[in-house]
Amino acid sequence: MSKSTMTRRGVLKTGAVAGAGVALPTIFTASSAAAYTNEPTGGSVTLGFNVPQTGPYADEGADELRAYELAVEHLNGGGDGGMMNTFSSKELQGNGILGKKVEFVTGDTQTKSDAARASAKSMIEKDGAVMITGGSSSGVAIAVQGLCQEAGVIFMAGLTHSNDTTGKDKKANGFRHFFNGYMSGAALAPVLKNLYGTDRNAYHLTADYTWGWTQEESIAAATEALGWNTVNKVRTPLAATDFSSYIAPVLNSGADVLVLNHYGGNMVNSLTNAVQFGLREKIVNGKQFEIVVPLYSRLMAKGAGENVKGIHGSTNWHWSLQDDASKAFVKSFGTKYGFPPSQAAHTVYCQTLLYADACQRAGTFNPCGVAEALEGYEFDGLGNGKTLYRAEDHQCFKDVLVVRGKENPTSEFDLLEVVEVTPAAQVTYAPDHPMFAGGELGSCNPGA
Amino acid sequence: MDALILQILNGLDKGSAYALIALGLTLIFGTLGVVNFAHGAIFMIGAFCAVTLSKILNLSYETIDPNQTDFLGNPLKVKTPYVESWFGPEIGASLIDWAVPLAIIFSIPIMLAVGYIMERGLIKHFYKREHADQILVTFGLAIVLQEIIKYFYGANPIQTPSPDALSGVANVGAVFGMDIVYPVWRIVYFCFAAVIIAAVFSFLQFTTFGMVVRAGMADRETVGLLGIDIDRRFTIMFGIAAAVAGLAGVMYTPINSPNYHMGMDFLVLSFVVVVVGGMGSLPGAVLAGFMLGILESFASMNAIKSLIPGIDQIIIYVVAIIILLTRPRGLMGRKGVMEE
Repeated sequence: MSKSTMTRRGVLKTGAVAGAGVALPTIFTASSAAAYTNEPTGGSVTLGFNVPQTGPYADEGADELRAYELAVEHLNGGGDGGMMNTFSSKELQGNGILGKKVEFVTGDTQTKSDAARASAKSMIEKDGAVMITGGSSSGVAIAVQGLCQEAGVIFMAGLTHSNDTTGKDKKANGFRHFFNGYMSGAALAPVLKNLYGTDRNAYHLTADYTWGWTQEESIAAATEALGWNTVNKVRTPLAATDFSSYIAPVLNSGADVLVLNHYGGNMVNSLTNAVQFGLREKIVNGKQFEIVVPLYSRLMAKGAGENVKGIHGSTNWHWSLQDDASKAFVKSFGTKYGFPPSQAAHTVYCQTLLYADACQRAGTFNPCGVAEALEGYEFDGLGNGKTLYRAEDHQCFKDVLVVRGKENPTSEFDLLEVVEVTPAAQVTYAPDHPMFAGGELGSCNPGA
Repeated sequence: MDALILQILNGLDKGSAYALIALGLTLIFGTLGVVNFAHGAIFMIGAFCAVTLSKILNLSYETIDPNQTDFLGNPLKVKTPYVESWFGPEIGASLIDWAVPLAIIFSIPIMLAVGYIMERGLIKHFYKREHADQILVTFGLAIVLQEIIKYFYGANPIQTPSPDALSGVANVGAVFGMDIVYPVWRIVYFCFAAVIIAAVFSFLQFTTFGMVVRAGMADRETVGLLGIDIDRRFTIMFGIAAAVAGLAGVMYTPINSPNYHMGMDFLVLSFVVVVVGGMGSLPGAVLAGFMLGILESFASMNAIKSLIPGIDQIIIYVVAIIILLTRPRGLMGRKGVMEE
C-alpha cells in the first residue's frame, strides 16, 4: 500500500502555477496583443445583428434580419449582389470583408433597453462580434450605442428616428443611416403648406418617450414656421391602447389638424380611433380636418388598413422608388423572400454594406479606422440618392420621402405612394442646431 | 359640457370591456376559487376568432392579369375571394364586410371549447393549490397562448374593421339639442356589453342551473351533499366565462386592431376592477368596471392632466388604493371571500 504525499497546500500551489501558465498566452492575445476589441484573427469576421425578435416590433425585426442575411450573402459573393452592384464605392468584391468570410450572430432586443444591452454585450463578449447593428426603437438604439462606445465596437444603428440618437446622445462609435424627426418636419412642412395652407391649428398627440418628444418638437417647429398655430401638445402613455380619451378632446379644441407622433401599435390604434371619431369628415374653422402621421412605416400602415388612405407622412425609403439601386434591392429581396422589403430592411442592409465598405477602405476592422473612413464619406447608389455621413454627428444626410396612404392599392404591399422626394439640402441642419445640442461625440474607442 | 359627456361615453365604452372581462374573472373565481391570469388571453383569443373568420372569408383564388405587374415586374396575381365566386360579388362582399358580427356565432362554440379544455386539461389540477400557484400556472398559460397566436398571426396589429353600415359617427347629442358625435361601433359595443351582462345575470338568477351555481358559490359543500354534481356545473361556468371574455374580444376588434399582446393590456386592469368591485361579487365587477372606465376617461382630460401631470396613467390604481383602504372587501365584496 503506497502512501500519497500530496497535500492540500501542494495541490493549490500546483494548480495556481498551472493556471497562470495556461492563462498567460490568453492574456497576451486577448488584452495586450489585440489592437482593438474582438480583432478577427482567423479567416472569418463576426457581425452582431441585434433586432427585436420578440415583442411588439418582432415583425419589423424579422424583416431587418432578412435584410442582414441578404447583405451577408452578397458580401460573401452569393446571390445577385443586390445594391453592391449599384453602390458608388467599388471596394466590395464579394469575397467577404478584407478577405475574411462574414459570419453573424443574432440577439433579441425585445424592444427593451436592458434586454438589448444584455444581448449586445453577450454578442461582443461571448461571440466576438466586431460590430453591432440593428434595433427598431430610439430608446434601444441610444442604450446600445452607449454600450458599444464603452466596449470599443462600432454601432451601426437600425431604425431609430429620435433626434437624440445623433443629437445629445451621439457617440463616436455610433453611426445612423436612418433619417430623424427634424428631417421629417423639414420635408413635410412645404408639402403641408401646399396642401393645407398657412392658417392652420395643429393638435399634437405624442408618445411619451425620447422619440415622441423630439418628433413633436421638430414637427411643431416646422409647422409654426409656416404660420400654423399649435393648439395643444398632449403626451400619451407608451402602453396606451385605446386613444379615445385623448381623441375626444380634439373634437372641441378648435384644432383643424391632428398630428400623431406615434409609431407602431400606438400609431395603428390612435389613427384608427381618430378615424372612428369622424375627424376626417369634420369641418373646423371652415376647413376640412386633416390628420398627419410624420413617421410612416409600411408594416404599420398595414395594421391601420383603410384608415391610412390619403394621410400624409414621411419615410426613409420605399420599395416603389424607381432608381437603379432601389430596383436592384427590391429584386434581390423580393426574389429571395417573396415580398418587397420595408424601410427597416433597407436601412440595415445599407448599414451593413457601409460598414463593410468602410473596413475595406480603411484596411482594418479597428473601430477608429472604420469611423474615420465613414466620417465625411459621400456615396451614392444605395437607394436614397447622394448621401453624406456627416463627420460632426455621424448622421446620414440624404433625400427624404413624403408619402401618402394610397387610395386604390393594387396589392397588400401597395399601401403608400411617394408624393415628393425632398432633396437632402432641404433637410440638412447645422451640427450645433439647438434641437441636437447637449451632447459630445467624444473620441472613438477601440476597446481592448 | 360636450367634453364631459364625451368622456362619460368613452368611460362607459372602456368600462364595457373591463366589466365583461372582470365578470368572467369573477365567475371563475366565485365558482372554482381560481385566480385566472389567463383570462386576458381568452379575451385575445376571442378577438383572433374574428380575425380568423375574416381571413377565412377572404380566402381567395388567384388569376393572372397580364395587363398589370407586381412589385417584381411579373404579371400580377389578382385575388378573388371564394365567397364572391360562390355567392356572387354582392353577397360575398357583404359577408366579408360583416365578418366581425358573424364572428359572434363563429366564436361561441370555440370559446366554450377553449374554456372547457383549459379547465379540464390544466386548471382543475390546481384547485387545491395555493392562489400563488394558480396565478403562476395561469400566467404561464397566458404567455404560451399569446406566443402561439404570435406564431400564426405575427406581432403586428391586424386590421379587422366593423361593417361599413356601422363604421361612421352618430350625433348622440341631437336629442338634447347638442352636437356630440360618437362612433357608431362604440355605441354598438356598449349595447352589446349591456345585453351580455344582462343575459349572464338573468341566466344565474332565473334558471335552475343558475340557482344551483349561485348556491354552489355560497356553499359548495352543502350543495354537494345534496347530491348535485357541482363540479360539472362549475366547468360549464368556466366555459361560459370564457365565452363572455371571447365575445368581448370579438366585438373589440374594430375599436383597436388586435395583436397578440392585447390580453395582457387588459389583464391587470381587469384584476384591479375585480378587487375594487369585491372578490366574488358579480354586480361589484360590473359596477367597478364602468366606474373605473369613466374615471380613467376623465383623468385623460387636458384640464385634469394639466393640474396633475400623469394622473391618466395612475388614476385607476389611486382609486383602487382609496377604496381598499376605506372598504377592504371592495365596493360589494362579501365577508369570507379570500379571507382565512
